[in-house]
Parts: sequence; structure tokens; C-alpha cells
Amino acid sequence: MSEGNFTLDGEDIPFQEGQTIMQAAMAAGKYIPHLCYHPEFKPHGSCKLCTVRVNGRATASCTQRAASGAVVESNTHAINDERRALLQMLFVEGNHFCPSCEKSGNCQLQATAYELGMMSPHYDHFFPNRPVDASHPEYLLDFNRCILCSLCIRASRDVDGKNVFALSGRGIKTRLIVNAKSGRLADTNFSEADKAAHVCPVGVILKKRKGFAQPIGGRTFDLNPISATPHPTIKEG
Amino acid sequence: MDAPTKKLKVATTSLAGCFGCHMSFLDIDERLFALLDLVEFDRSPITDIKHCGPCDIGIVEGGLCNAENVHVLREFRANCRILIAIGACAVNGGLPAQRNSLSLPAILEEIYHAQHGLTHGSIPDDPELPLPLDKVHPLHEVVKVDYFIPGCPPSGDAIWKVLTDLLAGREPELGHGLIHYD
Repeated sequence: MSEGNFTLDGEDIPFQEGQTIMQAAMAAGKYIPHLCYHPEFKPHGSCKLCTVRVNGRATASCTQRAASGAVVESNTHAINDERRALLQMLFVEGNHFCPSCEKSGNCQLQATAYELGMMSPHYDHFFPNRPVDASHPEYLLDFNRCILCSLCIRASRDVDGKNVFALSGRGIKTRLIVNAKSGRLADTNFSEADKAAHVCPVGVILKKRKGFAQPIGGRTFDLNPISATPHPTIKEG
Repeated sequence: MDAPTKKLKVATTSLAGCFGCHMSFLDIDERLFALLDLVEFDRSPITDIKHCGPCDIGIVEGGLCNAENVHVLREFRANCRILIAIGACAVNGGLPAQRNSLSLPAILEEIYHAQHGLTHGSIPDDPELPLPLDKVHPLHEVVKVDYFIPGCPPSGDAIWKVLTDLLAGREPELGHGLIHYD
């Protein structure tokens, strides 16, 4: 396999033919903020948080193949300002009340916002009305926190072979749905053994009777910022 | 840090909050003495002054859930050169804003009429009571807010960091461990 180098914020990053900028950066221990990217799944390129400038042009680093000699900028004021604005839009579009969320401290959205120094939501809140689905005996779906990253969809389809989840609607009306006539999780073959039960980066797919098991101070991102551990084994519950 | 020649005036208040952020403010402990060398308090639970006069810094805890909250917030904005939203409720509505997906009449009905044991309940309508807002709003949706200290509550250390940064003329910044939303 042929190899090459590109620069990321001035540092040489080696890559192998076929690797994306994100893959090569992660292999080199460099953090590029991201939410919908997960190393075990095909990139979706939708959250746009991993946008970098490659030879001056903005592109998603999770889908862009690394090219020899490319000059890639990621950790700059201008790019991080745009990333912060994307995060702020995610926060106001849903209902993200961290103090009462079981995923707080283990949440990639929250940890990424800490990383980028997001001090306020800036925009006006939508305060949408999204009922939860508590029909399943073991799992709860709280759609209020969904950021449409599609990781559960990819996991259920590509790993579990079940297609339990899907995105429905377009634009601002896009929402996560459950693939059952009733629309309820209880009426699918979703189970705890599914990969889809363990990939949600936020607090949508939650194991019941497990909430707040870890004290504040001992949760994943209490210990280290997300830049130090972009894909840690998230502590559940 | 060079001390300002004149003490800065600071006002604080709690709107639709729980005073938890004020309690956290007291958690700066003996650093309060160092702070008192640099600032004096205008309206605040510490002084019990009822209206905010011209101030350098206004610190507002809690979101906006009724007409009086909006009135007080506007008084703060009109009088304070720098306005700081402190805590989850001020920053994004927080716990009170979790009523926003329900209709206000349905909430009042549930609390004062329908709940078990309330046979003669009635919705309070004393003219002295401020009217509740249809939705709970964070501060920045109504006035310009200059700085935010998120957290439920933010730690005493986070509050100290922002205040000392501001008093020293630096842009406040909270690093890992100090910035948190819960």
C-alpha cells in the first residue's frame, strides 16, 4: 500500500492510500472535533463538525481522502468559531438539559462543546415537543436529545442487520423514527446485545434503571477532555 | 493583579432560579474577602437592596418564567455595564424550561385543579402576583448578555475565575474541569 504525508496545522501526518484525513489524524493521535463520525462505521459526513480547510477549501475530514502534500488546517480560530456555531444550533434545536440527563459527563455533544469553549447557546431555543418512547422493557428513547448523527441507524443496519432506526422527513423536519408499524421500540426486535444500543453519542438511547450510576467527577469526560479520548469506552449508566 | 483605583459596583439577583448559583458564589469562601477589596455590592441578597442602581457588573441567576423576571432583568441591563448570566437556568432556561413542551393552562389546571386532593383548588389570580410567561426563556433571548457562566451550579472556582479574569481586564475563559453544564 502506498503511503504519503500531509500537514495538519503545520505538523506532518503520515497516511496510507485510501485513508481519510480523519482516519490518518486519529492514527497520529490528533483530535479533529466530530460527532457523527465513529471509527467503526462508514462515515456519514452530516454533522460538519469535522470540517477542515484542505489547501484553503472547506471539506468534511471524515469523508475527504488524504492526499500527499495537502495543507490541512483544523484548529484555527475561524474554523472553531464555525464549529461552535454548529454546536449551538444543535443545542437550541433539541432539548438539551444537561443537569437532568443521564448521559451528562459521558456525552460527546457536551464534551465537544466543552472542548470548543461553548459558553452559551447564543441562538433562540426551539423548545420542541418530542415525546419519549418508554415502551421497551429495557431501553428508553429520549428523542429530545437526538442530533441526527445516524450512528444508531448505521449500527442497526450494518452490524446488527436489523434496521431498527431510520431518519424521516427533510431539512429542519428531519427526525429519528423507529421502524415498526406502531413506531414504538417495544414492537421491534431491538435488544441490549445490539451494537445500536451502545453507539448513541448523546442521551437518546438509554438503558433503563441505570441512570446516574456514576458520581460527578468519575464520569468519562470528567476525567479527561474529549480531545484526549475521542472514542473512549463510554461508561454506561 | 493591579487593583482598580475605585471599587467596582456589583449587583446580583436570582430570577427563575433556586439560589443555588448564589450558594455556589459563597463557595469562593475566604476569597470573598479578597473580592471585597475590589468590589462593593449594590442590589444583592447580601445587601438586601431592592433595586439595582448604576453598576459595573450585574450577575443574574435563573431564567425568565414570569413578567417580574423580565422587569428585573431589564432593570439590570439598563444599569449594568457588564451583564453575566450565571447557571444553567440563566443560560438555557434550565429546569423551569422543561415545562415548555406543555401548555401553560394545562400546567395550571394540573397543579391547582386536577391533582389528587385538590377538591376546592383555584388558580391564583391576585393582582400582586406576576403573570407567568407562556414559555420559560433564557436571559439572552430578551436582553444582550455579555458573559455566561454555565453549570448547575457553576463551581465557586469557575465563578472566581470569571470574576478575577474580568476584574483584571482579561477575556474570561474556563478550561477543562471548570466549564460544565451540569
